[in-house]
Amino acid sequence: MLLRVSRAGLEPGEPGQFFMLSPPGRVLPRPMSLCLALPGELGFLLDPIGPGTRALAALETGDELDVLGPLGNGFRLDVERPLLVGGGIGIAPLPYLAERLGGAPALLGFRSAEHAEAAALLPGAEVVVEPEYVTERLEPGHGVLACGPEPMLRAVAALAPGAQLAWEAPMACGYGACYGCAVEIGGTLRRLCVEGPVLAAADVAAPLAREEAA
Amino acid sequence: MILNASGCLDALTAPGVARSLDAFVTKTVTPLLRAGNPPTRIAETDAGMLNSIGLQNPGIDRFCADALPRLRELGVPLWVSVGGFAAADYAELCARLDGEPGIAALELNVSCPNVASPVDATEEIVRAARAVTAKPLYTKLSPSAPDVAAAAEAAAAAGTDGLSVVNTLRGLALDERTLRPVVASGTGGYSGPALRPVALAAVFACHRATGLPIVGMGGVESGRHALDLIAAGASAVALGTVLFRDPSAPGRIRAELAAEAAARGFADPLAARGVAHEESAAPLPPSTKTPAKTP
Repeated sequence: MLLRVSRAGLEPGEPGQFFMLSPPGRVLPRPMSLCLALPGELGFLLDPIGPGTRALAALETGDELDVLGPLGNGFRLDVERPLLVGGGIGIAPLPYLAERLGGAPALLGFRSAEHAEAAALLPGAEVVVEPEYVTERLEPGHGVLACGPEPMLRAVAALAPGAQLAWEAPMACGYGACYGCAVEIGGTLRRLCVEGPVLAAADVAAPLAREEAA
Repeated sequence: MILNASGCLDALTAPGVARSLDAFVTKTVTPLLRAGNPPTRIAETDAGMLNSIGLQNPGIDRFCADALPRLRELGVPLWVSVGGFAAADYAELCARLDGEPGIAALELNVSCPNVASPVDATEEIVRAARAVTAKPLYTKLSPSAPDVAAAAEAAAAAGTDGLSVVNTLRGLALDERTLRPVVASGTGGYSGPALRPVALAAVFACHRATGLPIVGMGGVESGRHALDLIAAGASAVALGTVLFRDPSAPGRIRAELAAEAAARGFADPLAARGVAHEESAAPLPPSTKTPAKTP
């Protein structure tokens, strides 16, 4: 689902940057990349799979929530022949990225036809559903900008070493305070919120965090 | 006085937040570089969070060379937290930092739940640190100690100037689907709202036992929570988990604390220090035996 919040002074930032959204009644905020920069509003794509995302999904019009951002480093936009590659909920930053690139082809992969309904956010995108994978359709010669589950990002990195990849890790703060989102970058554990979440494909060498129980 | 809890803020990535504090406490520094624990390192629970960072830090040499000069430039009083695995580690760190200008206090982290406990007792560690530095020493105690007041007395006897109360509790969270630990190291340090009454009890006990200055911390989210710790005996309050959700918490809580204290007739929040130990201002009315009268 798409959660829309009033901008209330928030800047949309660069595509791939993220915001910390505080679900009512939870201790920690949740990192969400911006999906859509709407007139006067910011849109976030949610998959309500855990207590935090469920609390965000249950918000009603007029409810207030705390939002901190934009945070981290987004995608570089000076890319030749850009191709957006997304998997599952990882398509979240791609609609805003496509807008800022002035339109770009997109290749999206989903677990099921039901999940693939989210592809409506990127009209004209090429869509594959498991058991087919995006990497089976990935052709050389593109500047790849990708976001999705870790196995997809690793497979994309192997095929497109020049790709920019937006990673995910559990985060408590999003601004470098907690050291919770450390991932191995260039051989050492570093904070994804400070160094990323968008990294060059060559920069990530070791397994990342397990999937967060959002 | 509002501080951050060690490990809950990086003043170099969030200098504005650090400047909103009355003093900034660094993440714990150890003698050698520590890469930290593998991810996943954090998990939210219903009433708090677990962390298992594992004292990730660059080691004392790089800390002094790289971070310390930049931290001094912030213009915020600086407390450096130090940790190790034996009394000699703490002595080495304190001796090194004793010669560094611009450090207001040293905090001895003898109670991290995510690394092996020091082989030496708190008293031995404090004594070793005391022998090599004249800087104010604060000893950070664990709420898991069987008798936190006894630990406080031991630290006092060994020459600590103050106490930081409390560190996190050890906790465990299991993944909803797999029923395996969420945090890669298994257990983590439990912080947030659930820690609040535990911290309050520990501060209360440490104040009664020693009367030393105490930085109270554990689950503080509002001025009222801060005032509670002061009433129990804290002379300063540190913020931890709340900073992750609300980087503006220091200013907000300072203002709320002033208002909460004023509303109870205290000219200053610290005027309420220790009042939890005093007899109630309005004792219960007396209980008397009296004959019943039947109609």
